[in-house]
Amino acid sequence: MNYWPLLGVAVVVAGFALRANPALVVVVAAIVSALLSGLSIPDLLALLGAKFIDSRNLLVLLLTLPTIGLLEHAGLREHAANWIARMRNFTFAHLLIGYLAVRQILSMFGLTGIAGHAQTVRPLLAPMAEAAAEKIDPDLDLDERVRIRAFAAATDNTGLFFGEDIFIAFGAVLLIYGFYEQNGMVLDPRRIALWAAPTAIAAFVVQSIRAIKFQRRLHTQRDQGRSRE
Amino acid sequence: MTFLRVEYVYWLCGLVLVACALRELRAKRFAHATFWGILAAIFLLGDAVKSAATHGSVLPQQLAGIGVIALGLIAGFLRRAPVADSVPDRERRAASAARLGRRLFVPALIIPFGTLVFTLLQPFVHVGGIGELGRADATLLALGLACVLATFAALALTRARAHDAIAETGRLLDALSWAALLPMLLAMLGAVFAATGVGEAIAHLTAAAIPVQSRLACVLAFAAGMVAFTVIMGNAFAAFPVMMAGVGLPLLIGQHHAHAAALGALGMLTGYCGTLLTPMAANFNIVPAALLELRDPNGVIRAQVPTALWLLAINLLLIWFFAF
Repeated sequence: MNYWPLLGVAVVVAGFALRANPALVVVVAAIVSALLSGLSIPDLLALLGAKFIDSRNLLVLLLTLPTIGLLEHAGLREHAANWIARMRNFTFAHLLIGYLAVRQILSMFGLTGIAGHAQTVRPLLAPMAEAAAEKIDPDLDLDERVRIRAFAAATDNTGLFFGEDIFIAFGAVLLIYGFYEQNGMVLDPRRIALWAAPTAIAAFVVQSIRAIKFQRRLHTQRDQGRSRE
Repeated sequence: MTFLRVEYVYWLCGLVLVACALRELRAKRFAHATFWGILAAIFLLGDAVKSAATHGSVLPQQLAGIGVIALGLIAGFLRRAPVADSVPDRERRAASAARLGRRLFVPALIIPFGTLVFTLLQPFVHVGGIGELGRADATLLALGLACVLATFAALALTRARAHDAIAETGRLLDALSWAALLPMLLAMLGAVFAATGVGEAIAHLTAAAIPVQSRLACVLAFAAGMVAFTVIMGNAFAAFPVMMAGVGLPLLIGQHHAHAAALGALGMLTGYCGTLLTPMAANFNIVPAALLELRDPNGVIRAQVPTALWLLAINLLLIWFFAF
């Protein structure tokens, strides 16, 4: 067994640790790993080119940018924030838990492309979450705003990851099924999807509790800020 | 006759990138213009390169490879153009928000709901060979179509010109910078690792390092391997076959008689906990940090650490109690 290509992994770890440009680190790691596996330079170039072209689907979010950019220029984020600010009984935790539930349920039915960081989090969820937090504490500083946006992105990821595995036609279930089939074990895909349900419920509960705790922390901070005055 | 092809979506991306590259060229930002220009070429010519390769000519693929290396080298030189967010700008946006009100949501919602409707319609439409498209390709095509519709709706609503749409796209793309490219580069790296046998080497080392008679040691090694390998590859799909072949199948199922369906599903979900923790899953963790203008590129990962650790612990318990 040739263990030398593992040095490509070491390049990634070292590159991220040294805070080198990630795009450069990844390209160097690919070259190192390919060279150490004994590939010639022409084969290496062809491998990089072919695999990069095969992953074009990952940049299609680009097509959402004209719409999002135009709407932001016309005040979409301001309007999303105002809208939440006007709804009195709708709190930060309601917003994030509601979004989490919708995202998880849609993912369960395989509708994963309908939300995402470019489509929904930046233009809608993040400004709404900031507005909901402002209802608790009007004097949010930038550090707190950044934490709120990060939490909104984390909620989207959690909903997506731990919803999609219940969908039978989703890649994960098919990959698991395919792996066993290749090894001579034929399982029922529905059984595999079913075993993803306990973790999906746990993910919903954990992230919801964190949203409630986040909201409580905002309340405490505001109270401390007031008592100092 | 199939005239609907997913390539059209890539060509559209290529055209948007050409427009952004020309905009940077006019601003005399040559590193940026070259960067987006190379990427535009890869999107526009990608299919020609692939069909050349199937006809035995690998030269275009090799040129694309050189392009990828050039992208990596230029990435470090990209600097964000100064953003002028002046008080009049903010007042103008607030006034526009008040004037357009709820109508602003319409184009934004056309993207998700348009994608949804087009995806759901796919099985019922029989023109242009839509039925022959795979599910993933059909979703991409639906997303592309919804984005085009949404752009027209946004142009009509805001009375902006096509030129403004390009300027706004360029602004957002500039904020994303090289982070926009990272998902593609990492997918490429994953494929290179798979082609060069990195996965098998890791599985070999793990299996050699653990006491195989202990069920607990095997479960912990399997879970730790899924998380670690997902963190390295940025993708649980890449980790799963490797860890299953190295530890799951021979040790947990073969020797300790684990329940195959439960182990498969829970093993994959354990890998997902790793996805929440790694900068290598760039499209989920690094791209949103850039999109949301967090100053810390690992800000989203930091927000996910508690969720990931809790779910990892819960998954370990589920494997321990239900997979045996």
